[in-house]
Amino acid sequence: MLNVRRPIQTPPSPRPNRRGFLVGAGAIVVAFRLDAGPARAAGLDPAGIKADPNAFVRIGADDTVTVVIKHLDMGQGNTTGLATILADELGADWSRVRTEFAPADASRYANLLMGPIQGTGGSTAVANSWVQLRKAGAAAREMLVAAASFQWRVPVAEITVADGIVRHAASNRQARFGELAASAATLPVPAEPRLKDPSEWTLIGKPLARLDSKAKTDGSAVYALDIRRPGQVTAVIARAPCFGGTVESFDAADARKVPGVIDVVQVPSGVAVIAKDTWSAMQGRKALKVTWDESAAETRSSEAILAEYREKAGKPGLTASKRGEPEAALKGAAKVIEAEFTFPYLAHAAMEPLNATIEKAGDGGYDVYAGFQFQTVEQATMAALLGVTPDKVRLHTTWAGGSFGRRATPTADYAAETAAVFKASGETAPVHLVWTREDDMTGGYYRPSVFHKVRAGLDAKGAIVGWDHVMVGKSIMIGSPFEAMIVKDGIDATTVEGASDTPYALAAYRFGVHNGREGVPVLWWRSVGHSHTAHVMEVMIDDLAHAAGADPVAYRLGLLAGAPRLAGVLRLAADKAGWGAAQPKGSGLGVAVHESFGSYVAMVAQVSAAEGHVKVERIVAAVDVGVAVNPDVIRAQVEGAVGFALSSVLRNRITLKDGQVQEANFDAYEPTRISEMPKVEVHIVSSAVAPTGIGEPGVPVLAPAIANAVFAATGQRLRSLPLDLSGTKGA
Amino acid sequence: MPQITINGVPHAVDADPDTPLLWVLRDHLTMTGTKYGCGIGQCGACTVHLDGQPVRACQTRLGDVGAGQQVATIEGVSGRVAQAVQTAWRKLDVVQCGYCQSGQIMSAIGLLSSNARPTDADIDGAMDGNICRCGTYQRIRAAIHEAARSLA
Repeated sequence: MLNVRRPIQTPPSPRPNRRGFLVGAGAIVVAFRLDAGPARAAGLDPAGIKADPNAFVRIGADDTVTVVIKHLDMGQGNTTGLATILADELGADWSRVRTEFAPADASRYANLLMGPIQGTGGSTAVANSWVQLRKAGAAAREMLVAAASFQWRVPVAEITVADGIVRHAASNRQARFGELAASAATLPVPAEPRLKDPSEWTLIGKPLARLDSKAKTDGSAVYALDIRRPGQVTAVIARAPCFGGTVESFDAADARKVPGVIDVVQVPSGVAVIAKDTWSAMQGRKALKVTWDESAAETRSSEAILAEYREKAGKPGLTASKRGEPEAALKGAAKVIEAEFTFPYLAHAAMEPLNATIEKAGDGGYDVYAGFQFQTVEQATMAALLGVTPDKVRLHTTWAGGSFGRRATPTADYAAETAAVFKASGETAPVHLVWTREDDMTGGYYRPSVFHKVRAGLDAKGAIVGWDHVMVGKSIMIGSPFEAMIVKDGIDATTVEGASDTPYALAAYRFGVHNGREGVPVLWWRSVGHSHTAHVMEVMIDDLAHAAGADPVAYRLGLLAGAPRLAGVLRLAADKAGWGAAQPKGSGLGVAVHESFGSYVAMVAQVSAAEGHVKVERIVAAVDVGVAVNPDVIRAQVEGAVGFALSSVLRNRITLKDGQVQEANFDAYEPTRISEMPKVEVHIVSSAVAPTGIGEPGVPVLAPAIANAVFAATGQRLRSLPLDLSGTKGA
Repeated sequence: MPQITINGVPHAVDADPDTPLLWVLRDHLTMTGTKYGCGIGQCGACTVHLDGQPVRACQTRLGDVGAGQQVATIEGVSGRVAQAVQTAWRKLDVVQCGYCQSGQIMSAIGLLSSNARPTDADIDGAMDGNICRCGTYQRIRAAIHEAARSLA
């Protein structure tokens, strides 16, 4: 049992460590911590980070610089950003920089913000790697310089490095990296290499082209679904129609008659049909007859679950945070606004469905290929199932066709299934486990469905005097075997983040939470708790501003005196969007601002209303992520956050009827399409603060900015998501 | 055994004529640039060209492809328009996860091959069947305009 904490020193945090939880994974338990907010924004204590260049960079005799990427790139562009950080400190020629994904090895590749776990999430890739990769690049640079110094018998101080060339100007000597790499590799690694001053950066902050653009535009990029091992077979699994159902019995006679079907085997999650190819496996599964035992399954509808939530919200629940006496304050308020917000389950619906390929190697070990996002958990879980030590399970991380959180699960769900099918198959031919689109969409691990109830009061001057907030939703971590260890006083930080720690100056505030207990598996979905808490906070503040007769931007600024970076992005977005200018009839501007994962984002949405729907015309965003390692990738992530989240504002919901998911494919759960995409402008605040992430933080502000714009355009205050626009009138 | 010509090369495929072209390409011929996204013609990730026209490979059966017909995939698509589109995609760094982009590019080549100066509305019409979950649509639109300019 692993139960370790890395010896990383984190700076004292003004906020409590919001995430300190354990991940259970088969036979192992690992401590897993994520320091959020200021601790993350401030970065890790640089002195505490040791960086071995040998783990992160290889220089070939042909001058190629290969940067090892310890994170999954599911589209965020972290491959380009991480390589940029190391290459800049190294002094590399960017045109010679290549990347490869790291093997699973937490001793070298742990996410420094997740404790001893190699994994990607919480928008931490750049934040946790910043100092590590700078040090690794700088150490490698100093080793190249030392090698040149020995060869040329000149002082290191007289040697310069740029564009992949090591140079001694006085003697007019120079060498390419490739010429020095072999001798440099024999030298000791400097413990504290000198990091460049920001004025010396040549790559960081420049809009360098993505390193993956070519391979992703000519069909050559290899995703997990593209792995083809010699002799491999394909498996699909028939799973229970309701969550928690199990196999009672099955009849594979007809399935086995389908051409191409090789075998039918039972696994813990259902019955696997193994065939020569994907299409045959799908046809075989159609012919399979399974009787399910649903005695322990969740058979309620999502409406019934939400109704139960609404009832629970009438009681105060567990106190996640409290200051002042909101109850008493509300009694004395001049005006009280009461509001309810409902949020549906949401599927991640990444374009590449879940899948992985496993094969047995000659040495008794296993090679597994997938878009691994929680390598340490996935490796340990598969090893436990296969009866070997984790080092015998070698993970080959591929490009991932999206994830939005779905590929990282505490249960290593699809990786575990892949190992289980392989074991049941006799471990002969390599097995590719494929989830169809329908499997992916109906397979659970959704953004939780949640219910919020808020009562907020104003005094006669329009100032907020009290805020009483109760939410109900299923926690991501409660209900796991490790509940007792991971949940503090019944509160899962990933459920309440973004509201219980609101930056608004609310003197009398309480945030209470009830944990739902339904049998629907839930998971982090791009921005996690912020995907609903930011919406509630920002729509409520907007409502209160209007009730106070105040401008929504000015009203927020009045409450953000203690949050200068939030105020900064809010002012910038408002300024760039032309906030305050008169809008045509039927058109409106709405604003929202929120911090998540240490990054600050404001958005102004412009919508035009028509009969029964609205068109989101334009989004103006301002972001503060500290140092902008690659401004173009940052802009792309915010543009993408809009495209990703828009369909969940307008229509997406996963519903259950008698326990069965009703939306199985893109016809019923339709992502945003190009005709709906608004114009998006992204403005980046110039900053010297250590960088934070941008994979997620664009998402939370979109829904409230749009909802507030709908109010401005139509006078309709829509709170629940997706927005019910059926009553909207045209101009 | 059914015969099929992909990117100018004839192949004999040992598969049932009812097998979707998508799985013939990906599993039988190991040409994995064409992607599986939904299997029901909703997402466009599997878009290929059949005699120059964009079609959904998941909705096209092996037996539907005539002996004289040409199938072009992302691996083999060529010509001035294809090159302009791929160049524009790279110049503007359209891709994020990249999984849908083979299909997006095949649809965009189809559009520009029949309409040299598409308007935004033309782009909506031709590209609305191609889902990008990463939401790269703003850059897809800009890249199509950029490719059109470069071809003018």
